[in-house]
Amino acid sequence: MKLLTNKTTRSNTITYAVVVISFVLLQLWSGAGMSSSLKGMLVPICAYVVMALSLNLTVGVLGELSLGHAGFMSVGAFTGTTAAMALAQSIPSDGLRLAIAMVVGALFAAIAGFLIGIPVLRLRGDYLAIVTLAFGEIIKSIFTNLYVGFDGGLRVSLLSNQTGIADNDLIIRGPMGIGGITKISTFVAGFVLIMLTLIVIFNLVNSRSGRAIMALRDNRIAAESVGIPVTKYKMMAFVISAALAGAAGTLFGLNYSTVVANKFDFNTSILILVFVVLGGQGRMLGSIIAAAALTILPEVLREFADYRMLVYAIVLILVMIFTNNPTIKGFFTRLFSKKQEGGANQ
Amino acid sequence: MNIFDSLISGISLGSIYAIIALGYTMVYGIAKMLNFAHGDVIMVGAYICFYTFTGGLMSFLPAVPPYAAILIAVVVCTLLGMLIERLAYKPLRTAPSLAVLITAIGVSYFLQNAALLLWTSNPKVFPSFFNFGGNTNIELGGLRISYVTIVTIIVSAVIMVALTLFTSYSKTGKAMRACSEDKGAAQLMGINVNTTISITFAIGSGLAAIAGVLLCSAYPTLVPTTGSMPGIKAFTAAVFGGIGSIPGAMLGGLLLGVIEIFSKAYISTQLSDAIVFAVLIVVLLVKPTGLLGKPIREKV
Repeated sequence: MKLLTNKTTRSNTITYAVVVISFVLLQLWSGAGMSSSLKGMLVPICAYVVMALSLNLTVGVLGELSLGHAGFMSVGAFTGTTAAMALAQSIPSDGLRLAIAMVVGALFAAIAGFLIGIPVLRLRGDYLAIVTLAFGEIIKSIFTNLYVGFDGGLRVSLLSNQTGIADNDLIIRGPMGIGGITKISTFVAGFVLIMLTLIVIFNLVNSRSGRAIMALRDNRIAAESVGIPVTKYKMMAFVISAALAGAAGTLFGLNYSTVVANKFDFNTSILILVFVVLGGQGRMLGSIIAAAALTILPEVLREFADYRMLVYAIVLILVMIFTNNPTIKGFFTRLFSKKQEGGANQ
Repeated sequence: MNIFDSLISGISLGSIYAIIALGYTMVYGIAKMLNFAHGDVIMVGAYICFYTFTGGLMSFLPAVPPYAAILIAVVVCTLLGMLIERLAYKPLRTAPSLAVLITAIGVSYFLQNAALLLWTSNPKVFPSFFNFGGNTNIELGGLRISYVTIVTIIVSAVIMVALTLFTSYSKTGKAMRACSEDKGAAQLMGINVNTTISITFAIGSGLAAIAGVLLCSAYPTLVPTTGSMPGIKAFTAAVFGGIGSIPGAMLGGLLLGVIEIFSKAYISTQLSDAIVFAVLIVVLLVKPTGLLGKPIREKV
């Protein structure tokens, strides 16, 4: 038992260390001649890393496929950004306002996660996946038709602007989304959010609740028969995952001058799922690396110009085939085991 | 729009969803995978048809009459479907389903971006094939119905009947059903599982081409992402009816189309997508495996 704890602690420490070291290196590099396009990607990378980590909690730890994770990001982006803009006068400090906005975003996403979780978690497998997809699309539709203004109190209306505030003074302007955002997200804030996410996830996974959640993933019937309340633990994982996605959404939203609901569509959900599957389900370090690498990849492929997204697609397919085809996998396993045997003989 | 107009355009849209959903559901039934690239095969089919008709696919090819163009689109998509299956999915036959899902997404990205490079993002206006005697509409008892609508409904009815007969009575159809029931047992009975899966992809992709032509005839703007949203909706329709079930996909597609048009006409245009998905959620809560899906039994 002690050995196991040590092993987990070691792998968690490695994950923390990788994040801290990359942060320090990137921070140094951005001070000394990093290209501006790469600099602009630092915060989105942080947001996608947190998204991947939070989805990994649902897909890898809880074992349920979610195709609507961008919906929670959307909730976080819209509510958090609205909060930041409404509080612009009363809280002058950018950092504090960002922190409060993230808490608001996480809170609303958690509420959305809870409400969605009630019907969703009753379903199984692909049916569960399609309902999360449906919720993602519903959230997108709602935010596309939402009008929110602030004149001392929040005014909200759906479908058309009936808030009594002029169109230009609204915060959320229906299909136009939120405009004129003061960018207050920073790379440091992104780093802090990643660290907090890791702390939350690692502590959850290593707790009694985390073990219950993983027991449900491995064998629901067996877990139920030893008295683990299914709904409670599934809901716990799902809501925490949604809350983290909400915070990431706020970070993402406050990094741009405009936010529109169409940014958080099915393709975004899929993109995040790609990070999780490529990084390895249940492996947090894998998610971090995959999210960062795949966000930068189109930038690195810039020399292919028009062909870069095509190359991206081919890379994705080839990576999946090479990591999952039994023949190729077997070939590499044999290659490596031979090497190890050879080493032992010498 | 009165209620009959809405009903007819709902059935017409639903028929298109049903044809696409058939492709999803057949592939799911037999290969247990969600083929997210299916929506993009629709788009490829529509583009091939457009370019063979207008004569711009390759400079040495002449423009062809519309029915030949549709036929060429179907053939190209059938081959494309088999090629995709052979190159991207076959190596992953025994891999975990999520890995195959991501590969399908990769294929979807590939098709969209290839289309973007080949045919640019400028929207193409799809020609109206279905006009007889210069008219695109017909008067039927005081109702004005477009020929596209009628052709769509007839074509999908024929496809559904043909597919039902095919899967019930033909040897290949029976092999397909056997494979979706139990691959191992089917193989022991002398069925070539790989060929059967390949045929399933071929049929699904051929149907996708037809759906693409019908879709673009009804909604004539053609861009590289044309197939995505109908693809997602048809996938929803397949789940709605019970994924893996062929009659379920037809029923799901039709219902989804009718619900979409009715909510557009009577509730709200902007929220119609949200309403469609909300209905799906309600149905799945009442019947967790879709309308015609078999209940899943769990054994300990």
